[in-house]
Amino acid sequence: MGGHSDIVLIDENGLRLDGRKADELRPIKIEAGVLKRADGSAYVEWGNNIVLAAVYGPREAHPRHVQDSNKAIVQAKYNMAAFSVGERKRPGPDRRSVEISKIISEALEAVTMTELFPRATIDVYMEVLQANAGTRCAAITAASVAMADAGIPMRGLVTGCAAGKAGDKVILDLGQEEDNFGQADVPLAIVPRTGEVVLLQMDGHLTQEEFEEAFRLATEAALNVVYPLQVEALKRRYAASTEEIENGITNGLANPVPHEESAEEIVDEVTHAEEGVALEDMDASGEEAGQ
Amino acid sequence: MSESNSREIVVPGDLLSDSPDLRAGTGTFRENGRIYAAQIGIKNIRGNYVNVVPLAGKYLPKAGDMVIGVIIEIGPSNWLLDINCPYPAPLHVNDVPWRVDFGDTARYLNIGNSVLVKVLKVDETKRIQLTLKEQGLRKLTSGRIIEIPHSKVPRVIGKSGSMISLLKNYTNTRIFVGQNGRIWIDGEPDDIRLAVEAINMIDREAHVLGLTDRVKEFLESKKKIES
Repeated sequence: MGGHSDIVLIDENGLRLDGRKADELRPIKIEAGVLKRADGSAYVEWGNNIVLAAVYGPREAHPRHVQDSNKAIVQAKYNMAAFSVGERKRPGPDRRSVEISKIISEALEAVTMTELFPRATIDVYMEVLQANAGTRCAAITAASVAMADAGIPMRGLVTGCAAGKAGDKVILDLGQEEDNFGQADVPLAIVPRTGEVVLLQMDGHLTQEEFEEAFRLATEAALNVVYPLQVEALKRRYAASTEEIENGITNGLANPVPHEESAEEIVDEVTHAEEGVALEDMDASGEEAGQ
Repeated sequence: MSESNSREIVVPGDLLSDSPDLRAGTGTFRENGRIYAAQIGIKNIRGNYVNVVPLAGKYLPKAGDMVIGVIIEIGPSNWLLDINCPYPAPLHVNDVPWRVDFGDTARYLNIGNSVLVKVLKVDETKRIQLTLKEQGLRKLTSGRIIEIPHSKVPRVIGKSGSMISLLKNYTNTRIFVGQNGRIWIDGEPDDIRLAVEAINMIDREAHVLGLTDRVKEFLESKKKIES
């Protein structure tokens, strides 16, 4: 925004610099559970943006004065790597990343069942490894997948997407040049289940009609394209490993999987777990007596 | 008893049911008469409750749980334990089987010691009280402790304890599985190693079908190599 150049952002055929149509997103790839040591994690490639998100918690909040005795707090940190942009970025928090961290914290807190974890904190770390306009949307998209992956109870996922105006046209998901030399950028995040807006910003100028068009483009893309990818990434994390191992067994051993266990059995085990422990207890005391 | 036997994986915000006859169980919430998933897990309908059996998530203590804790702080009349949950868990001198003089706590349990404790109670504000004053509860002085996600504890125990007795029989070890995902194993070093390997396998393949049989196969193949 604000930059001036002779660059033609939209050509005579209505196509953009990277060949996209006005209402087309960049290619998106989402993966859940990519980090072993975090409680939950996600990796998002959004065009040329690359974001890694990690979630820790709920855990005890420190220092003590930040604790809320009624609910958990959500502390999200958005950080750009020094090498994420063309000219080396000076590392560390700056005005921009502090602001983004704050609004993402608030957006995530809106869906988290914080009342279940008084005095605790849920820490979300988003690292932008490569930036190409729209990193906050990619970051919040990754963050919500990471939180779900961490097993944190939420009222829904959060999906980010941006729209804006460049070359005098309202377009979806601005790329780097469109962001730099365009007229407006509207990043937003919604809760797909309810359609609630949990994050909305605007940079530049739009008429009310243009804003409404941009808002519609971004929410529809978030709902119809990005959200299904988030859900798919989460389900694949568990389903894929299931298949892999099943295939591995069928290939590797003489006897394939002998019988099918149903979800019911898993639940049975959950209910039996306590009995199991009671059994353990008796064993342990028996052994104690024997010693 | 059960109406849904599919292993359907649900994510937060997924609609589970809009039937007015069903009630929202664990891992779910109700909004405008509909029941949604709150956590990633497997959907399960049991009786007239819809539940989500979680596939991930931190351990939250509840009264009666047997857990393995590590002493992280000592006070004059209590110890603070890490029981792998979001909150510190105090163990008061009144809840141990010894008569401890004021300020003499470190003589009985010191920082870094592991104990097998029971959660006595957890109040609404999630303040925890532990006890060591019951049969079977004790300080763990030998063996090894490993950690698995607490959501997989039921798989290590198995249906009515089938998996755990399998592990004990084949590896000739003493094992205790804490509800908080910590597992204590004691025995000969080689036996412990084998048990750990088997538990890692359970952790890795926790949600795959026919787990008990595969673990059995694994343990048998290991035994053959040894002999």
